Amino acid sequence: MLQPTLTLFEKIWRQHLVATADDFDLLWIDRHFVHEGSFHAFDKLDSSGREIAHPELTFGIADHYVPSDLTRLDDDPEVAGMIHLLDVNTRRHQLTYFGLGHEDRGIVHVAAPELGLTLPGLIIVCGDSHTTTHGAFGALAMGIGATEVAHVLATQTLWQRRPKTMRVCLEGHLTKDVTAKDLALHIIHEIGSDGATNHAVEYTGPAVNAMSMDARMTLCNMTIEAGARVGMVAPDDTTIDWLRNAPRAPKDEAWQEAELHWRSLYSDLGAKYDRTVIIDASNVAPRVTWGTNPEQSLPIDTGIIPELDNNHSTLSYMALNPGQPLLDLLIDQVFIGSCTNSRISDLRAAATVLAGRKVKVPTLIVAGSNRVKTQAETEGLADIFRAAGADWGESGCSMCVAMNGDSVASSKRCASTSNRNFPGRQGPGARTHLMSPAMAAAAALYGQLVDIRQVTGGAI
Amino acid sequence: MKPLSQVSSSALLLLNDNIDTDQIIPARFLRKPRSSGYHHYLFYDARYDIDGNERVDSPIPSSVPQRSIVLAGHNIGCGSSREGAVYAFVDFGVQVIISTKIADIFRSNAIRNGLLPIQLEQDAFDTLVAYCNDRQAQLKVDLEHREISWGENHRLTFDIDEVIKQQLLLGIDDIQATLAWGQNIEAFKHRYLADHTWVVPTTGTSSKN
Repeated sequence: MLQPTLTLFEKIWRQHLVATADDFDLLWIDRHFVHEGSFHAFDKLDSSGREIAHPELTFGIADHYVPSDLTRLDDDPEVAGMIHLLDVNTRRHQLTYFGLGHEDRGIVHVAAPELGLTLPGLIIVCGDSHTTTHGAFGALAMGIGATEVAHVLATQTLWQRRPKTMRVCLEGHLTKDVTAKDLALHIIHEIGSDGATNHAVEYTGPAVNAMSMDARMTLCNMTIEAGARVGMVAPDDTTIDWLRNAPRAPKDEAWQEAELHWRSLYSDLGAKYDRTVIIDASNVAPRVTWGTNPEQSLPIDTGIIPELDNNHSTLSYMALNPGQPLLDLLIDQVFIGSCTNSRISDLRAAATVLAGRKVKVPTLIVAGSNRVKTQAETEGLADIFRAAGADWGESGCSMCVAMNGDSVASSKRCASTSNRNFPGRQGPGARTHLMSPAMAAAAALYGQLVDIRQVTGGAI
Repeated sequence: MKPLSQVSSSALLLLNDNIDTDQIIPARFLRKPRSSGYHHYLFYDARYDIDGNERVDSPIPSSVPQRSIVLAGHNIGCGSSREGAVYAFVDFGVQVIISTKIADIFRSNAIRNGLLPIQLEQDAFDTLVAYCNDRQAQLKVDLEHREISWGENHRLTFDIDEVIKQQLLLGIDDIQATLAWGQNIEAFKHRYLADHTWVVPTTGTSSKN
């Protein structure tokens, strides 16, 4: 009998199909990550008297409420209380927990992959929209809400309507100093912040094949900013080599069985996608957002603030005028971190720019996990940051999300490697410009937006 | 979850495109217990200035009576998956959100909290906006008949999955409903985990702290 021709997404979906009712499929969930914000779901579970169906597949990680300076927890009982609440909930339900002080703790989307908890072919959920990140490993990973979190805790399953499929084919190769972050901002600009709503995105093509796992995670991370709950890359040698020594990945015979399975996870030749978008990666320049939505980005070298028809609140919020160039725009501070850009390669890129120089504006650099932090300290990156005058913080979500004490003050302009420039995202009235780690580091040196290619090329 | 069938109200207009969930409820309020009522935090930073005074351009001025139906700009609810955004609308008394596009996770959260998400074509949406812009006009939403009506015999129908319609009409607890599939789940689990022995993670180092 002929095998059906399937996309990567369809293969994983089918492998997890428990039951179907009308247009909805009941899916088995392989991994569930909970964080401090999952307390609503624990409350729902507890008030109904239900237990967690599979505690061995559920992992707790403290990240959102962890400030870059842990001593601040003493002064903020509400924030400290959120972490304590996760301690209590994970203990009571006997979950594996990575709390404050644990060497494996970090932002869930950084820590879980490096531990080998994220694997190809799994369905992974978490009450956080940037769960798309785990798709970099060829997992089907999606962000869910608190009621869905409670449902997964109680049943280890989730009802979902199957989304459409979208292939984003990345032709050509990124040029020097252009990163996965720039490419992600370019794609979102091209298809719009709702361009992939109700779709599962698969990235294919030479540009993604050439990417490191760190870069693929950045790319998949930003997929939600185009509206898709799922962004994925088929596993290949890069993926499998990356996982080989991960501490909680399968070992020995289980590894061999897993690898055999992972090698079958690709979109079949001739598989049909509902939509295909082709992007030439070789034409992408370093990009910076100017507005209050991630689709509002432009190349740093040619970017001019556009006229807006009906939504002038964007430019007044950002304190920008039509016709103004992005290049040389003065900034007040820099944040390098978040689940988008806080992995070791991101920190190396920032350190390369900052080495032997001094920052002109306050700069906060936060590793995505304690493992990354330790590695950065061992490699001497942290010394470079401190010598440049930057602050080096405790790993966590930090200044991306303004809920742990790290925030940007009202009307201050921040060059940030995070994922969202929404009004108020980094604090009430904060003005966020999204960019790559090297671009943010260069902005820190000059106190203004510069073209990283001019810095590395010695032009400035 | 409270059942929902018919809602009559004048509409609250929030017509900016891409209203993200960070705007709907800033992250710093997500630590608040639900029992405190999330309506306090709905559009907090757009409602109040840094000193806590009401802004003149508040999207939901305190002088305007409470509304149960929202007409929202394209791609409402994009961004963060925080269910607090839905709690904020629900606790404010909103029962129906109508837009030309509603972001996936927000939409899913809405359904699970008894908030009816309705997606309309641009023309139909514009008609409702024009009608509601002019006067303190009432809209009537009838979920059973999938119908929005207004004025003198104006009406349009909207699409919604039958399963979701029933869930909202009856206020079904989805965990309870899924537990009825317990045998399917058990059968799947035994077969799947036997075929994929590598899926359950190794314990690695023991959990500390």
